[in-house]
Amino acid sequence: MKKFTKIASLALTAAIAVTSLAGCGTGKNTGDSGSGDAKTIKIGGIGPITGAAAIYGQAVKNGAEIALEEINAKGDLKFELKFEDDENDAEKAVNAYNNLKDWGMKISMGAVTTQPCIAVSTESNSDGIFAMTPSASSPDVVKDKDLMFQMCFTDPNQGIASAKYIKEQNLGEKIAVIYNNSDVYSTGIYQKFMAEAENDGLNVVCVKTFTDDSANDFTSQLNEIKSAGADLVFLPIYYTPASLILTQAKKMQYEPKFFGVDGMDGILTLEGFDKSLAEDVMLLTPFTADAQDDATKSFVEKYNNKFKETPNQFAADGYDVVNAIYEACVKAGVTADMTAEEIGTKLAETLTSDDFKFDGITGNGMFWSQSGEVSKDPKGMVIKNGVYVGM
Amino acid sequence: MNKTKKLSKFTLTNIECYGMIIVAFAVLFPMLKMNMLSNKISGLLIPICAYIVMAISLNLTVGFLGELSLGHAGFMSVGAFSGVITVACMPNAAPTPIKLLVAIIIGGIMAGFLGLIIGIPVIRLKGDYLAIVTLAFGEIIKNIINCIYIGVDKAGLHFSMKSAEALNLSGGKMILNGPQGAVGVSKISTFLSGVLLIIFALFVVLNMVNSKTGRAVTAIRDNRIAAESVGINITKYKLTAFIISAIIAGMAGALYAMNFSTIAARKFDFNTSILILVFVVLGGMGNIPGTIIATALLYTLPEMLRQFSDYRMLIYAVVLILVMLATNSQRVMILKDKILGSLSKKNAYESSGEGEVSNG
Repeated sequence: MKKFTKIASLALTAAIAVTSLAGCGTGKNTGDSGSGDAKTIKIGGIGPITGAAAIYGQAVKNGAEIALEEINAKGDLKFELKFEDDENDAEKAVNAYNNLKDWGMKISMGAVTTQPCIAVSTESNSDGIFAMTPSASSPDVVKDKDLMFQMCFTDPNQGIASAKYIKEQNLGEKIAVIYNNSDVYSTGIYQKFMAEAENDGLNVVCVKTFTDDSANDFTSQLNEIKSAGADLVFLPIYYTPASLILTQAKKMQYEPKFFGVDGMDGILTLEGFDKSLAEDVMLLTPFTADAQDDATKSFVEKYNNKFKETPNQFAADGYDVVNAIYEACVKAGVTADMTAEEIGTKLAETLTSDDFKFDGITGNGMFWSQSGEVSKDPKGMVIKNGVYVGM
Repeated sequence: MNKTKKLSKFTLTNIECYGMIIVAFAVLFPMLKMNMLSNKISGLLIPICAYIVMAISLNLTVGFLGELSLGHAGFMSVGAFSGVITVACMPNAAPTPIKLLVAIIIGGIMAGFLGLIIGIPVIRLKGDYLAIVTLAFGEIIKNIINCIYIGVDKAGLHFSMKSAEALNLSGGKMILNGPQGAVGVSKISTFLSGVLLIIFALFVVLNMVNSKTGRAVTAIRDNRIAAESVGINITKYKLTAFIISAIIAGMAGALYAMNFSTIAARKFDFNTSILILVFVVLGGMGNIPGTIIATALLYTLPEMLRQFSDYRMLIYAVVLILVMLATNSQRVMILKDKILGSLSKKNAYESSGEGEVSNG
């Protein structure tokens, strides 16, 4: 025991020493970039890098880094990106935001997930810092905030668009919905979908829910939906539970049409998932990695080379946000010596002006309203032979 | 002789606790007002205050009552949401300190009421059973709040457990939107109010521990049968301690919620309960000054480790393990005694003794 304690205290001392040393190292680094590169505009990003939602934060970070490399290669404006972890937690996100402010952030990328982004955007808006979130999709994110913008659709827009799409294309007679009622994103889409479905006279026969804690077994939900005779199942959920639903439906030989939203994107790259199960699944998404335009192709190629994986929609959102900020900066004549507040007002003005249009890989001719919501068209996709095909 | 010793220990703890808080406040508050603190530190102040109050409150249950509660975040959540609803219902014209005060009081009352409801079945259990039941109640509270929709308009409060549409709001605003939680919370918590709440919690807990009730509670912890045999009403005293602990946790919750513009039930899950338990165990069960220090340090640690980016939480865990080992080792204790001299000897023995309790 004594020996053990000795080792423990030694290790502790070592840990403290390492911590203080590392502290010095980082301190020097920021010092260097601060003095040497006075011309860089510091952009701060916040998202989950660890924890259950880490895949989204990581994708946004990667996408943003690629955009950053491209912009810095052009040379007219220099950007610097720092991405902080928030573990998908509002409290940690605010801490991360304060950290970024200390670092000298001039422009914010908001936060990747909704709840943290609501908390962060309140702070950045009152501090006069311009922010554009890649993927926090609730309308509450931009509500009453002049300097807060979104790159993704808002949840209600997705719900409404989905209902309209189903109606217009006459995709189903009897519709069932499975959604995650412990999730803001899923609940938000579901509520608007139902409201719009009622307007359009869609026949919703069955609504089933699950929570994050019970996202492993969907047999009971599927059984009820099956006995209600639904021929189209709307899944406003993320792809991990969706993949289970598809697998379990197949097992019980229930083969309705499945219709998803942008959270479904990524299902084809999920490890261990049999792609044939997703055959004929329809989804609304702003981005597909298989699109044939040059911008998408070059982005996917760079992403593949750098991170050895196919980018999902979050990566594309992150890429677009940095590019949109860049274009707005160029148009507004933002320079690195301006204060965050000056940049904030200029960017917000430019972004909402009538003649500002942004072409990115998640949509063409995007523009932003005063409210901060983006206007772009959702693309309907259907999975054929393991790839997305426009419908 | 014994009595004077006890009294001096009580005063000593008092001086330690209040002194520490007041000195920290006296240093930090002027710096905060003069913008001398970094954004990082000033952003951490209020959450630290809330967590310190939580830790003090949990120390009452774990340290003095000797029962492991794993659902303490549940009380915090009830306090948080009642506080948010209270503030949303109050007229805008009301001065903010009054709003915050009322919110904290209502938060405390609601959490205390829930503490009573939960306490009645829970207190009949002991040890592992009690721990698991509190854990279950914590999850139940979280899931119930996930289903609650509350809105306010001219007609008053609307309540539903179905959906936001079922509220039939005419132009008012949503306060609590099911799993999406509360959005647009007015940020009225201040560092000053946090410190005042800590002092209030200290006042309640320290005095209670030193009162007849407190002695009865510790007697039950040390030997339940002996306590029963001398006529101590076990249920009454256990329930009292449990409820007081819940009330303080509710107050901390209200303070915490008013510091963020959004709050969701998801935040107050099992992990948060465990986090607070870690603060308490590390600070020393039954050791209030230790708890305060441990909370402040452990809460700041992950933020200080941000430079390690991906390895941050790994390092945090390793530091946690090492600190637990170090505080539990007799050798370190003896070393500490040598350094601090005979004055703190008593405390050192105590915390090493309590360390053994944590092992058991």
